[in-house]
Amino acid sequence: MTASYLFKRFMLVIYTLLVVSLLVFGITQLLPADAAVTLLGQNATPQALAVVRARLGLNDPAWLQYWHWLRGVLHGDFGVSMRNGLPVAPTIMAALGRSLLLAVCALLLMLVVAIPLGIWAAVRRGKLADMLVSVLSYVGISFPEFVTATLLLLLFADVWQILPATGYVPLTEDFRGGISHLILPSVTVAMILVAHVSRMVRSEMVDVLQTDYIRAAHLKGLSRRRILWRHALRNGLLPTITIVALDVGYLLGGIVVVEEIFAIPGIGRELIVAVQARDLPTIQAGVLILAATYSIVNFLADLAYVFLDKRISYA
Amino acid sequence: MRDVMKHLILSPQGAVGLFILVVAALMVCGGAHIAPYDPESISILARYKAPSAEHWFGTDQLGRDIFSRVMVGARATIVLSLLATLMSMVTGAVIGTASAYLGGKTDEAIMRTMDAVMSIPSLLFALLIVSTLGQSSFNAVLAITIAFVPGMVRIARSVSLAARQQDYVSAAIARGEATHYIILREMLPNIVAPIIVEATIRVAFAIMLFATLSFLGLGAQPPEPEWGLMVSEARAYFFNAPWMMLIPGVAIALVAIGFNLLGDGLRDALNPRSH
Repeated sequence: MTASYLFKRFMLVIYTLLVVSLLVFGITQLLPADAAVTLLGQNATPQALAVVRARLGLNDPAWLQYWHWLRGVLHGDFGVSMRNGLPVAPTIMAALGRSLLLAVCALLLMLVVAIPLGIWAAVRRGKLADMLVSVLSYVGISFPEFVTATLLLLLFADVWQILPATGYVPLTEDFRGGISHLILPSVTVAMILVAHVSRMVRSEMVDVLQTDYIRAAHLKGLSRRRILWRHALRNGLLPTITIVALDVGYLLGGIVVVEEIFAIPGIGRELIVAVQARDLPTIQAGVLILAATYSIVNFLADLAYVFLDKRISYA
Repeated sequence: MRDVMKHLILSPQGAVGLFILVVAALMVCGGAHIAPYDPESISILARYKAPSAEHWFGTDQLGRDIFSRVMVGARATIVLSLLATLMSMVTGAVIGTASAYLGGKTDEAIMRTMDAVMSIPSLLFALLIVSTLGQSSFNAVLAITIAFVPGMVRIARSVSLAARQQDYVSAAIARGEATHYIILREMLPNIVAPIIVEATIRVAFAIMLFATLSFLGLGAQPPEPEWGLMVSEARAYFFNAPWMMLIPGVAIALVAIGFNLLGDGLRDALNPRSH
């Protein structure tokens, strides 16, 4: 891997963020709502509205407003919420922390389940186990998060009453309570990802198991276990990095829904409240931060891939 | 074409997928005639009724017949999701093919911009657009369409890159055909099949996304019998009347499974390697 590839890939992240910021700003500018009216209410006097418009710079041309906003964002200032008058950045960062905790739990859970499932299906290709995994993945991929979440709530919080229904408890306050509140949301988010990733792992492993070097290992008389763990897994699991990184986009979308259902005060819930209240600065900040998370994760995944796969070298 | 159909029906995925979707199509076309009750008629005396011979799927908090609502709601959920996928497919195919044909810097610029747009998760993108345009079914369709375009562009471009190398394209260039003619009349018809396969799988996602938007209150509005909205309304009662949310929820999942199976079945049937 050369420095020039790294640089080019990094510039791509910058370009992505620039396009996203333009899109986010552009789309929210089209809002029919007048920000000054949103702030002061319908009964505000024209004079008061004019003052607020001047203060917010709403009379400036769009490109100048964009520039002011972008400059603020680069300094970590996302403006002031129209809903409660508080600065957006600290609120959204605290919410992001809670969301990332949920995202990491869901990702770990997904990897622990999906990879063994995919390998198992590949090794037993065409047998009952393979069929079972395939049927399960069709079911898993077709249940939207809000249906899965309500089903899980019904079973675990109502019928069996072994897990708390909704809410969020910080891990630092009550570790056990915090974890038990995270289980159902994580399972919900992980479900679709497990279905998708296990299918991908299966197809990669099936390809790898048919290659000549695996056949050669068999002919050498190595044990099946050794071939699988030492020879096949390394190459079979590499593409999973890219797939998982791309799925992070889906994960972030899922988190928005799950936070709403389980009443977790994360960035997704913040966003939905902001959309309902037409709170522009919060919407802009939330979408921009989530898109940035996604593109940085993919950047890191590409780097990891290059590091781990000795066959690839980018000029 | 007959060969593909035969292959599709003989594979278990294709057969099951096709069966589910034929049932779904019947609901879309004739749901309003099959429905035994008016999906929006309220009956105070028949509230929270569990499934029975009279009300097959039970009734909801306003005494509305859930079987009728599911039958009539099929049209909203499925047709609108198909529409959104179709629109994104057409737009994406044109942009993707153009990008592959033009090549070079233009191609690079288009694709990198599409990558950038794809870094906004589609649900978020839809949220953003609905928050601008207002909450309605039509705006949800528009939001899904726009959110799906970059993915379609990517697929169309990768298929077109191979088509670009074919002799018929070189022949068209040599004849001096206009760029738009080559893209629309020469290349597009030849890449339709793989794009349709991808689009079929996308419909499953569109259905889930549309239902999710309605669930969040950003798509279909009450009292419309839309499946996602039905789940959302049933949430408050689901400890006492779980069928209210289970039935529309399972309906969404079943149709999504149908499109996923059909898409995979089509892909296998069209793939010459698997014959």
